[in-house]
Amino acid sequence: MAMLLGKKVGMTRVYDESGELIPVTVIEAGPCTITQVKTTETDGYDAIQVGFEDVKPSRRKRPQVGHAKKAGTAPKKFVREYRFSDKPEKEYQPGDSLTVAVFADTKYVDVTGTSKGKGTAGVMKRHGFGGFSASHGTERRHRAPGSQSGYGTNRGWSGGIKKGKRMGGHMGTDRVTTKNHSLVSIDEEKNLLVVKGAVPGPAGGYCIVRTAKRPQ
Amino acid sequence: MKTEILDHVESKNLKNALSHFEIGDTVDVHCRIKEGDKVRTQIFTGTVIARQGRGINETFTVRRIVNNEGVERKFPVHSPNVLDVRPIRSGKARRAKLYYLRTRTGKAVKLAHRHSKHTVSK
Repeated sequence: MAMLLGKKVGMTRVYDESGELIPVTVIEAGPCTITQVKTTETDGYDAIQVGFEDVKPSRRKRPQVGHAKKAGTAPKKFVREYRFSDKPEKEYQPGDSLTVAVFADTKYVDVTGTSKGKGTAGVMKRHGFGGFSASHGTERRHRAPGSQSGYGTNRGWSGGIKKGKRMGGHMGTDRVTTKNHSLVSIDEEKNLLVVKGAVPGPAGGYCIVRTAKRPQ
Repeated sequence: MKTEILDHVESKNLKNALSHFEIGDTVDVHCRIKEGDKVRTQIFTGTVIARQGRGINETFTVRRIVNNEGVERKFPVHSPNVLDVRPIRSGKARRAKLYYLRTRTGKAVKLAHRHSKHTVSK
């Protein structure tokens, strides 16, 4: 198992061995620096804290600058933790660097990102409702959600609205994980990961790349 | 910056030496076709009526008449399945997209011959 932090560069296409074009996303991943090593003895669990992309010390609060200084690095823009289920096989030291080489023998990865913001969206876009007919007498109710509850909903009598009822509202900027992207290629020189398919978030958005949890 | 990285990823899939052909040329496109576990080369002959796209997305369209029915095929320029494109006859074309050939039938489909150096006779 391995994890890297990265930045989505964008999408393109590449040919596979059989000459088929496959859609790929290019992720600029690492080099990441380990900013803290957590152990069961001191923190109650085993984990490493990883940082990606330097930021000017004046742009971070002083405790954060001090925290990075302890690991001997500059403060990082994007910091996440990677938790081990049990004792890590390898010894990690604060200040160690992680590169795309950690995925050298990985076939599938999961990618977590923050999805693109869609603003306030209706139920058709947000939840995939069918909407109403375009014609046959429908007037000004083409994308409406329909009725929300009735007298006999399973909330008991009096027809309250069921908890979790899907309605319109803010959509996007959620943490989204897409699973089992096959890892097409690795460019160690330029710190690039090329994964098959689309990855959540805009180009330039930060993402977390992990070895697939349940590869198919 | 962003496009530079994408260009770098694409560049590994681009062909170094592309055969030269022009719009209006009659070309032989040698394509690799997989049938079950057998691989063979098929030749599609026709007129190049369009070329579009950039980089790895670049394609060209070849049109020919089969049994009085127009057939068009689009080929990605950089596909490893397109083995070779051999121009065999140059046609006189005054525009980059020869979509007007779609409305033509019979003898009118044929473009006037133009002498050029890049064509190879069969």
